[in-house]
Amino acid sequence: MMDAALKDFKRFTPKTLPKMEAIAQGHRACQGCGEVLALRMALKAIGKNMIVASATGCMEIITSPYPQTAWQVPWIHVAFENAAAVASGIEAARKVLMRKRRIPRQRTTIVAMAGDGGTADIGLQALSGALERGHDFVYICLDNEAYMNTGIQRSSCTPYGAMTTTSPPGKMSIGQHTWKKNVPAIAAAHGIPYVATASPAYYTDLMNKAKKAAMIKGPAYLHLYSPCPTGWRHAGDLAIEISRLAVKTKVFPLYEVVDGRYILTRKIKKPKPVKEYLKLQGRFRHLDEETIEEIQQRVDREYEALVRKAALAEAE
Amino acid sequence: MPKRVGMEVSLAASEAACAADADLIAAYPITPQTHIVEHLSELVADGKLDAEFVPVESEHSAISVCVGSSAAGARTFTATSSQGLALMHEILFIAPALRTPIVMVVANRALSGPISIWNDHSDIMAERDVGWIQTFAENGQEVFDLVIHAFKVAEDPEVLLPIMVNLDGFTLSHVVEPIEILSASEVSQYLKPYKPQMVLDPKKPVTMGPVGMPEVYTEARWQIESLLRGSKKVVVRAWKEFSKHYGRTYKPIETYRTRGADVILITMGSVTETAMTAVDGMREKGIKVGLVRFRLWRPFPIEELKRAVTGVKVLAVMDRAISYGGQGGPVFTEVRSALYGQSGQLQVFGFVAGLGGRDITAAMFEQMVKKAIRYAKKGKGPLYELMGVRER
Amino acid sequence: MAKVDALVGWRNLEIGCAITEPGSSRKLKTGDWRSQRPVTDRDKCIKCGMCWIYCPDIVYSPTKSGYFKWDGNYCKGCGICARECPKDAITMVMEGE
Ligand SMILES: Cc1ncc(C[n+]2csc(CCOP(=O)(O)OP(=O)(O)O)c2C)c(N)n1
Ligand code: SF4
Ligand code: SF4
Ligand code: SF4
Ligand SMILES: [Mg+2]
Repeated sequence: MMDAALKDFKRFTPKTLPKMEAIAQGHRACQGCGEVLALRMALKAIGKNMIVASATGCMEIITSPYPQTAWQVPWIHVAFENAAAVASGIEAARKVLMRKRRIPRQRTTIVAMAGDGGTADIGLQALSGALERGHDFVYICLDNEAYMNTGIQRSSCTPYGAMTTTSPPGKMSIGQHTWKKNVPAIAAAHGIPYVATASPAYYTDLMNKAKKAAMIKGPAYLHLYSPCPTGWRHAGDLAIEISRLAVKTKVFPLYEVVDGRYILTRKIKKPKPVKEYLKLQGRFRHLDEETIEEIQQRVDREYEALVRKAALAEAE
Repeated sequence: MPKRVGMEVSLAASEAACAADADLIAAYPITPQTHIVEHLSELVADGKLDAEFVPVESEHSAISVCVGSSAAGARTFTATSSQGLALMHEILFIAPALRTPIVMVVANRALSGPISIWNDHSDIMAERDVGWIQTFAENGQEVFDLVIHAFKVAEDPEVLLPIMVNLDGFTLSHVVEPIEILSASEVSQYLKPYKPQMVLDPKKPVTMGPVGMPEVYTEARWQIESLLRGSKKVVVRAWKEFSKHYGRTYKPIETYRTRGADVILITMGSVTETAMTAVDGMREKGIKVGLVRFRLWRPFPIEELKRAVTGVKVLAVMDRAISYGGQGGPVFTEVRSALYGQSGQLQVFGFVAGLGGRDITAAMFEQMVKKAIRYAKKGKGPLYELMGVRER
Repeated sequence: MAKVDALVGWRNLEIGCAITEPGSSRKLKTGDWRSQRPVTDRDKCIKCGMCWIYCPDIVYSPTKSGYFKWDGNYCKGCGICARECPKDAITMVMEGE
């Protein structure tokens, strides 16, 4: 089914990137925001024939304070936890309206977008429902690893050891003491046709995945790495560099899950030490060598598990 | 000619959505609403209704799907009850703010805790202020008619607000009554296809639900308030038109034997028949009592209420919900405040009854009326009274 | 600017407070957030477009000549473009210099 939907798929190359922008200048994201950048890239790839349902969060706030909007495509915000449900409603409504010939028959990409909080925590149920029901839509999780909009509180996507305002390091705590929830795996467990992780550093890869997600019929889930200089306490010019390091250290591996089969889209042969990634970010500054080693081992283990899944799929 | 058939009232609610040619239904089952969604999914499965049935994973998603659907231009229907309505609470405020004319049937049921599947009005009274038009049905025919009417009003360009049609869980939802079921073509003479005014369309990009900065929040809220208040004339107009088409007449405030009454009993919902029996009985005993029911609860029909109780000395208002720590049930407090300063003579007394499925009998109504008369003579009564509660 | 626009009466608000002018955020000149500004040396530029694609604020736009045009109205001065330019053609300079 994948192959049929993608028969017209043409890869973007640095020379063939679309000029279209779904979001206009004048948005209020912080200087150097990697989240709006990841979002911008994904939406560029999807093209202007789309309708977006947004969760509450940074991206909603910075694009829509009345009376101005940065949106150049139809966009709706309802609440924090229900982007997937709102998108379901739009998709199902258009389906029946087309059937009843009340709107022109045309495939429009329905996009739901939310932060890691709106996806992994409060919105997980609505997301699961929408994926399970099989709506034809693209869900974009913009993972900046905390609730940034409300002031950098931890989420279940906050990495181990990170400092946030609700996982502060102290005498009794190293900071966040849980390991990042694997949301792409949860999405994949729904048996949906397409799941992918992507990073704005690898922009053609990100955009190709977004385009595939839009072309495929049925639910597609994109998990986009989204550096946040404000919440991660890194320099304003580092969003791309950190995105790149996250991949090169195997902290944030790039892969697709196509009809259940894992495919590594960037194999890391000579990984950099995780420490190089951590040291650029103030949120990890308090970590001691022992904790860093613990993180390194966990990262290695998880990457190995991923490689095994990909090898398994290849062997089939 | 429309046919009259014996039908469970829940199914009549579904048949109404079907006759209205709803495009999308998103609902989650909860007793006593289940038969409504079951029947709707049947109608869709059998191809009798060309609609999308979205079997959501919660009521929060049900109403969220409905908002998305309505914003995309589809005629949208849902139904819920009690805990489900409470779970929707957050989004209930947002539906009118986005001007999505969703129609929802609420099979009224008690709220937990303790958990109770039986009827009262604690679910709907907790959602009084969410910005939805709210009507109450007293029998099966009314359920069918009010659902059709709801689409007509909600989708009126002067209104574009969602509507809840309330019917009592079990005591109304699960009874079989003779009901005149209008066909889709009969309904289409009254209810024209939905023409959305603000819609998500790539050809004309709009931003719906932007951040309400302090410069605009007040105006945005006042838009809803003004339109909701203004919707009363559309509600009434649509009932008049309904009457012309189908011969059945509805009014915001319904009255029974109020002429020459000294005392008036105020109720709403399916207890009407019992209340009428009680009124008849008391009239026979020489008590000059009449009955007033709210058909329209939001917007609150102040003028109609005042007119209905002109010249009356005593009101006994029955609530089916407790307003914890407040000054009495919601209907009572609102009626009293609507009539404040109206006439030096009028005294209003509040009674709460029928919580969580507890029976409301004609005798109980008679007690309320008699108590109200007694309190009025003394010039004072309790803050409000919970009928039949056991102390020990 | 924004404030004046917002001061509409409720009767003139769009249905549901919707905003019907796409991309009206362009009225907000976020360029005044900036303390540094990127300056491109076109002699070094190879027209690769990295500055354009990596800018979170959509400040650069492609031109016919193949170079990318910078728009000071919106540049917040984060420095990503300067850091990511493969030819080091962009340097950040303090505003006012
Ligand atoms: C029901 C509800 N709970 C809490 C909030 C407050 N809130 C708004 S956005 C947000 C966090 C958003 O975090 P995330 O989804 O990760 O997006 P980000 O801002 O990081 O992009 C929170 C807690 C809310 N708006 N609604
Ligand atoms: S807080 Fe972080 S994610 Fe939010 S706008 Fe600022 S940089 Fe972007
Ligand atoms: S990134 Fe550098 S080389 Fe590439 S187009 Fe921009 S200025 Fe030119
Ligand atoms: S400094 Fe930042 S905002 Fe300015 S053009 Fe470069 S990347 Fe864009
Ligand atoms: Mg976040």
